[in-house]
This record gives sequence, structure tokens and C-alpha cells, in this order.
Amino acid sequence: MAMPSVLPTPLAVPALPVIPLRALAPWAIFGLVIATLLVYFVGAEQGALSLISGTSVHEFLHDGRHLLGFPCH
Amino acid sequence: MRPEPLMRPEHAMVRTLLVRGMLVGLVAGMVSLIVAKVLGEPQVAAAIAYESAHAAAAGGTHEPEVFSRNLQSTIGLATGVCVLGVALGGIYSLAYALAQGRLGALSARATAGLLALAGFVTMVVVPFLKYPANPPSIGNPETIGQRTVMYFALLGASILAAFVAVKIGRSFAPKRGLWDATIISAGFFVAAMGLVILVLPGVDEVPADFPASVLWKFRIASLAGQFVTWATIGLLFGALTEHSLRSAQARATGRALEPAL
Repeated sequence: MAMPSVLPTPLAVPALPVIPLRALAPWAIFGLVIATLLVYFVGAEQGALSLISGTSVHEFLHDGRHLLGFPCH
Repeated sequence: MRPEPLMRPEHAMVRTLLVRGMLVGLVAGMVSLIVAKVLGEPQVAAAIAYESAHAAAAGGTHEPEVFSRNLQSTIGLATGVCVLGVALGGIYSLAYALAQGRLGALSARATAGLLALAGFVTMVVVPFLKYPANPPSIGNPETIGQRTVMYFALLGASILAAFVAVKIGRSFAPKRGLWDATIISAGFFVAAMGLVILVLPGVDEVPADFPASVLWKFRIASLAGQFVTWATIGLLFGALTEHSLRSAQARATGRALEPAL
């Protein structure tokens, strides 16, 4: 008896499905654009750059911006 | 005859991963909100007290706020942390979709966990080493433009270096084995980012009499919150993805669902 008749299934890692780049690209581009916008508004609007005049966005997100490590003030 | 599916399966898979990533990011944001509230807010309050004391001593008055401090430290904080959580979760899920099945014989949970660790190091630890988080009252308003540009430049360089490092690792893996390839890949990342950090100009705008313990606790709170965010994303996303892959596999083979290890 050299080989066990049943392989221990939990240890057998099934190969993960590979997603082709062509299928990924449109989602990736759209997702990155949206995510960049969100990061910009949380991290930099009315700080270094100002699309909306005033300080309301800066003030509203003030504490989060500091604690998330973005440059502020 | 079965009707034509609305979406090709690989598109549907990316869609599922993206939605899952954003939801997991929202949960991660909410969990890290607890850390920000408990560890971070007392330090923000202490820094603002220092700022007010200085302004009062200088004879100036604090300019009126659009939003009260109370609103800023609750709804404002929650909005910032949760919106960033959703954004990070979304980016993360797309990186996962790229990594899945391309990093050797890793399970879904291992891929997800490794990727979250890489995300934390790349997007939090590296920028923090050069431009750490600062509480209110630290930072010259006149340099905010330069500081923001340098911060995002470092963040961008770090993400780029991480991508190149993974590419290098993947190209070395077949010849040198996984262990060597990982060391070469990580070595490249450390060397490249060490150089970038060395070259970028430093910023030191901490007032001489700012309480050092407040600064330390604030920075630890900032790191802790972001660590919790990435840990939640990696573990939760991995568990959910593993579960859904197993279910799909069980449906495909018609077997009963095997319990996860």
C-alpha cells in the first residue's frame, strides 16, 4: 500500500479560475476612475485643490482626513 | 434550449468581485470607524485644544466653523472613513480579480489575505514612513500644495513598485522557486521604495512645543485604523470568495458542499 485510496480533499487546492485581461479591463478602468474621484474628495478637495469654493467639504471630512493620513491644512 | 446568458461568465465574475469588494470595504470602514473614534478622536481633540490655546495666547480668535466639531467628529468622520473604505474595497477587488489564479497554487483566502497585506504595506506603511499622518495644528497651510503632491507621488510610486515587484517575482518563480522569487520581489520593492523615500524632500512642520505623546498616539491611532481596514478587507473578502467558489464548484460537480477546512 503505497498510496492512500482517497486523497485528503481539504488539502487539495482547486485551481482558481483566471479572469482574462480583456474581461477585466472595462471594469478596472471604470472602477479606478470612480475610486480615484472618491479618494480625491475624501483626501484632497478644498485642501491642495478646490473644485468647490469654500471650506465646507474640508471641514466636514476634517477628522477623517487627518486620521486617514492625508495632508491637511 | 437554454437562453443566452446576459453577461459572459468572466464579466459576471468581475462584477460579483467588484460588488463584494465595495461592500466589504464599507464594512471595513465601519469597523475602522470604531478605532478612529476610540483611539483617534481623543488625540484630535487634544491637538485642537493645543491649537486653541495658542490662538488665544496670540490674541487671535478662532474663525467660525461651518460644521460644529461635534458633527465633524461623528457624521463627518464616519462619511470620510466609510467612503474611503468603499473606494479601497473596490480597487482591492479589481486587484484581486487580476491576481486570482495568477499567483501560483494559492487558495482564494490566501490570495485575498496576501493582497490585503500588500495593500496595507504599499498604500499605508510606505507613505507613512516618509509623510506620517499629522493631527490638526501641525502643518503650514502655505505648503499644503507641495505636501499633497509629494504624498500622492510617493503613494503612486509605491503602487507602481508593488506591481513591478510582483511581475519580477512571477518571472523568477519558474527558474528559482517560490522562496527565492519572493525574496527577490520583496528585495526589489524595499530597495526601490527606500531610494524614493531617500530622494523625496522631507517635511517637518511640528511646532517645537507640540506635545510629543499626543503626536505619537495620534499616529498610532491612524496606523491602527488603517490596519483594521485592510485586515477586515482581506479576511472578509477571502472568506466570502472562498465560500462562493466552493459553492459554484459543488454546483458544477453536483456533489454535496464540502465543509471548509
